[in-house]
Amino acid sequence: MFLKGKQTAKNGPKHAVDPQLQPWVEKYRPKTIDDVSAQEHTVAVLRKTLTSTNLPHMLFYGPPGTGKTSTILALARQLYGPDNFRTRVLELNASDERGISIVREKIKAFARQTPAATVVAADGTTYPCPPFKIIILDEADSMTQDAQAALRRIMENYARITRFCLVCNYVTRIIEPLASRCSKFRFKPLDTNSTQSRLEHIAREEHITVSPETVQALIATSGGDLRRSITYLQTASRLTNGNADTTITPRDIQEIAGVVPDEIIDDFARTLGVDPRYGPSRANKNDEDDAMMVEHTFKKPDFTSVRGKVGELIREGYSGAQLLSQLHDAIIENNNLDSKIKSHCALVFAEADKALCDGADEELWILDVALRCSKYINAPVPTST
Amino acid sequence: MSLWVDKYRPRALDDLHYHTDLSARLKSLAASGDFPHMLFYGPSGAGKKTRISATLRAIFGNGVEKIKIDQRVFVTPTKRKLDVNVVQSNFHIELTPSDVGNYDRVVIQEILKEIAGTQQIDLNAKQRFKVVIINEADSLSRDAQAALRRTMEKYMSNMRLVLCANSTSKLIAPIKSRCLLVRVAAPSPDEMHAVLAHVAKKEKFDLPQSAAEQIVADANGNMRKAILVLEALKMQSPDLTGDLKIAKPDWETYCHKVADMIVAEQTPTQVLAVRAKFYELLSHCIPPTVIIKTVAERVVERVDGALKADVMHWAAVYEMRMRLGSKKIFHLEAWVVKVMTLHKHFMYDIDLSEFA
Ligand SMILES: Nc1ncnc2c1ncn2[C@@H]1O[C@H](COP(=O)(O)OP(=O)(O)OP(=O)(O)O)[C@@H](O)[C@H]1O
Ligand SMILES: [Mg+2]
Repeated sequence: MFLKGKQTAKNGPKHAVDPQLQPWVEKYRPKTIDDVSAQEHTVAVLRKTLTSTNLPHMLFYGPPGTGKTSTILALARQLYGPDNFRTRVLELNASDERGISIVREKIKAFARQTPAATVVAADGTTYPCPPFKIIILDEADSMTQDAQAALRRIMENYARITRFCLVCNYVTRIIEPLASRCSKFRFKPLDTNSTQSRLEHIAREEHITVSPETVQALIATSGGDLRRSITYLQTASRLTNGNADTTITPRDIQEIAGVVPDEIIDDFARTLGVDPRYGPSRANKNDEDDAMMVEHTFKKPDFTSVRGKVGELIREGYSGAQLLSQLHDAIIENNNLDSKIKSHCALVFAEADKALCDGADEELWILDVALRCSKYINAPVPTST
Repeated sequence: MSLWVDKYRPRALDDLHYHTDLSARLKSLAASGDFPHMLFYGPSGAGKKTRISATLRAIFGNGVEKIKIDQRVFVTPTKRKLDVNVVQSNFHIELTPSDVGNYDRVVIQEILKEIAGTQQIDLNAKQRFKVVIINEADSLSRDAQAALRRTMEKYMSNMRLVLCANSTSKLIAPIKSRCLLVRVAAPSPDEMHAVLAHVAKKEKFDLPQSAAEQIVADANGNMRKAILVLEALKMQSPDLTGDLKIAKPDWETYCHKVADMIVAEQTPTQVLAVRAKFYELLSHCIPPTVIIKTVAERVVERVDGALKADVMHWAAVYEMRMRLGSKKIFHLEAWVVKVMTLHKHFMYDIDLSEFA
């Protein structure tokens, strides 16, 4: 088996490694388009192309871990079979050199060779083998505008013998003339049910027991990114180490996913003058817990206490985005706050989110959010600015 | 003679002092063959690098400690030559691509292709993959990050990435989706006390409680700093009693001076004087973010309570602009002018709402 090593890199690494030792994200990468969870519309359209021997240029877009790369690879494999895959499919991704001239050269060279189409593969299966080649431009949103513009001509010049599939996260980064040449397929974040059934499928195959609560925790922490939930599941299962007695708890998953524990967020909210007894974290708890919490009488927040708290959280190393999103929920979903205050706070959160995306300093922005929110929350009368 | 920080750096996962449950987790991951790509994040000095090396040792054994440092030359598409230092063993390679600024993509691409193309040669190796450690991953350019994406999936059979970063917000979502995120929190004061006591015991001296407390308070969760300070203090006053002066780095003293200038006088002349100081700091390669944060922290200690929040707010705003813009000094200076204006108007008791 190991002889094939590098040669088969294009077919995915599955030949190279003992499947026992393979990360589950690769091990359970869909092999056919019917294995792809959730993206029903896309799969339905693509299934037709398997019989019709024609294919439009395509543009796949959507957030990470929703099956874009998997779908095109599976489709290509179903069209050509393992033998012809290498001669018929060219995959170029952002890690390859993608200056215009290089792309043009590669595509030219690739499109020139007309391979003999053996329709029946070595494994005895018949593949459609339509008379064109597929060029996959994965991560196309990181191509420069110039390279994209040049691609238009290339697409037209080779239209007879090639089909392009552009794959990206942000469809807005693809220039319009290019996007309009393709049929667009949107990959949605995976819905709860699809994630659940895929995870349960994997758990069954791997002989691990996963409680429904744990599955819920996986769904909640991964936000529709199936790749992430699979990685979390695998890591958690390593912790329990195949030991049947120790089961994976929702808390394990949250820990792995970097979720900040409720107590810490509640404490943060309290520092800002928010009463966490009315917040979202209390929804599932009973009154006895609350009785204990009354003891925390509210000190009016001041600069020093807020800054001290933020410093503490930063030392804990929690990710800024995670802190913000959880604090956001603690404030916006709190039943004891005036909606005017909430709308002020929402603006503050939005601004900070943008700043973090632009790479601004986490500590400064979390402090800013905390200070400004506490100002609104504790203002005697909400100001009207 | 090596420094205590290096001399007493724990080498095995079991020897790590704090976050024992995290160590246990890493240990079980290292024992299983299906180790994922990982992203270690947390404040500096919390022990990320130590944990990474201990994890590598758990995966590959002592062999990873036999390292050599190479200087490698990469050529950019524009034919520029780049020198990069790489640290490597038979099992892993470590690089800091942010050293080469915007050319980081070229370096990453070449190294990864090279690693991915070679199989593990050591037949006794416990794993078939090699590990690539990327330091300061949060300063990788977007381009370089994009280049990692598909590579991380395609070459997973021969290669695992370990990214090391202070924060995760500068990494693009697809990268985070492909990694297991490992948070390394700063040690708590108690945990730091324990480590300092351990070092003192090994060096065979008594560490007075008062000294330990002072060191821990000063280090603010940075374990490396705490041990360095301990060693420096021990040299200054061998019995570690009495009034210990923890020396501040020059740049910090300098930043404090700037803050005091801002609070003392708010005039155009003063702005010029402050600018000269900023130039000085920048020319000594103090990162502009560190400058604005250090100055702001000091300013808020000096101004009225009503102004503190605003000072920090504008520090946050101008720090962000600094990231987006290219002339750092403009934004530092703009912030100073803003703070001076706030301060002055406050002193003259003018309604602030128009300016804030
Ligand atoms: N719809 C899906 N059905 C089944 N498995 C999926 C699906 N989406 C993602 N996965 C799992 O997640 C892994 C990654 O998926 P894939 O590479 O297709 O994501 P992607 O959409 O290309 O993400 P990115 O934008 O980050 O490149 C797959 O190997 C598979 O295990
Ligand atoms: Mg992909």
